[in-house]
Amino acid sequence: MCSLMKEKAKILDKDAVTRTLMRIAHEILEKNKGTEQLCLIGIRNRGAYLAKRLAQCIEKIEGEPVAVGILDITLYRDDLTLASSSPVVHKTEIDFDIEDKNVVLVDDVLYTGRTVRSAMDALMDLGRPKSIQLAVLVDRGHRELPIRADFAGKNIPTAQNETVEVRLEETDGKDEVVIVEKG
Amino acid sequence: MQWLRKDLLGLEELSREEIEFILQTAESFKEVTTREIKKVPALRGKTVVNLFYEPSTRTRVSFEIAAKRLSADVINIAAESSSVRKGETLIDTGRNIEALKIDIIVMRNNYSGAAAMLARHVKASVVNAGDGWHEHPTQALLDIFTLKEKLGGIEGLNVSIVGDIAHSRVARSNIWGLVKLGAKVTVCAPKILIPPAIEEMGARVTHDIDEALKKSDAVNVLRMQFERDEQNAFPKQLEYFKTYGITKERLSKAKKGIIVMHPGPINRGIEIASDVADGENSVILEQVTNGIAIRMAVLFLVSQANENIKHEDTD
Repeated sequence: MCSLMKEKAKILDKDAVTRTLMRIAHEILEKNKGTEQLCLIGIRNRGAYLAKRLAQCIEKIEGEPVAVGILDITLYRDDLTLASSSPVVHKTEIDFDIEDKNVVLVDDVLYTGRTVRSAMDALMDLGRPKSIQLAVLVDRGHRELPIRADFAGKNIPTAQNETVEVRLEETDGKDEVVIVEKG
Repeated sequence: MQWLRKDLLGLEELSREEIEFILQTAESFKEVTTREIKKVPALRGKTVVNLFYEPSTRTRVSFEIAAKRLSADVINIAAESSSVRKGETLIDTGRNIEALKIDIIVMRNNYSGAAAMLARHVKASVVNAGDGWHEHPTQALLDIFTLKEKLGGIEGLNVSIVGDIAHSRVARSNIWGLVKLGAKVTVCAPKILIPPAIEEMGARVTHDIDEALKKSDAVNVLRMQFERDEQNAFPKQLEYFKTYGITKERLSKAKKGIIVMHPGPINRGIEIASDVADGENSVILEQVTNGIAIRMAVLFLVSQANENIKHEDTD
């Protein structure tokens, strides 16, 4: 499959990713008026790393730490009976109570909205947060559910035959966002 | 790695990677069981049948809880009350169950190989919950999972299995699994309870319990199955306790920090002393808890694999 993928354009480089995350961190703080009752929960895999980085940005700005958790949504996917390759189940790691918290869900790319739908179901099973907000690095459009991002790093209009790849230092060795075309 | 088997029949046919994959998946499911809402929608709309031809409470209940925590519907069939009594063959029973659009059959049967035979004749997934003296894979997986959790890994561990090895599917599944993961397994019992050719599975045999315990990081104590002693050849209960029973005194001479396991039901004062079963070395109840995570992982994996097989068929 990889051989059929063609890199079309680089949307964000390393510095742009860093600046974008810093801007989102400011926006999260602005909307929530600080860090009180605030927590970040990243959706595996890359959302988890982005959540950690956003938390570092927030701590840099406010001088206050913010709780970070990791959510695995595999068991909540609506395509489990369709999935052509079996997804690997990983652990959810949220060691704090989300009851009455303002939860910011973090993911790399917002596309159909189905992942976010699964994530919200998973969160509701863990408790009743005061609010759930959504932060993504890239919004590429083509929603199939009534879901939108509260904080988006970049809106990238894409065609269905394209994909947006977010690459991160932690998972891919370098920070960048690229559009790839399926051949 | 990807799990490709629609059935779980035993550990003999699994690779090390497959066993490790189940254990890893079970770790994620264990987290689910610690939540306030201990339920995920992964098997919503699926139906699991527990088909038990031998009496069992703990294994059946464990599978039932596992299936329910995955949001599957569960039906229990006990052979006593079923048409087995009316002479229906296993394959016919399987086909009838399948006609009811069942997705997973969890079966316990007194014949070795029964699960494998059923699996060949139905499209539903089959999970072996114990077949004769052959295998009891989920029990061995939960034993290994518990060991790994306690000691960090399996490679290089010394594990003793004590008791009625000859009639024990738990022993056989444990030996297959432990040896594949790099543990050294010793079986310890009176001669009459050691089956022939057990060494070919990779286990060492000893009749000296104190010698076994001295080297072991863990000991798995099996129940003495006196009900199987048709020829009245087993050692008597008191005699067995004296020579092979795991007591405080024996443990004091064993390797420090030795872990004591037992698949249950325990017979206090026969194969294990009460104060050992309840003592600090015992992980018997943790095994029960871990059994749910293992069975959730197995049900999830076979169900996913079967979905993929069905989709390939229609493509």
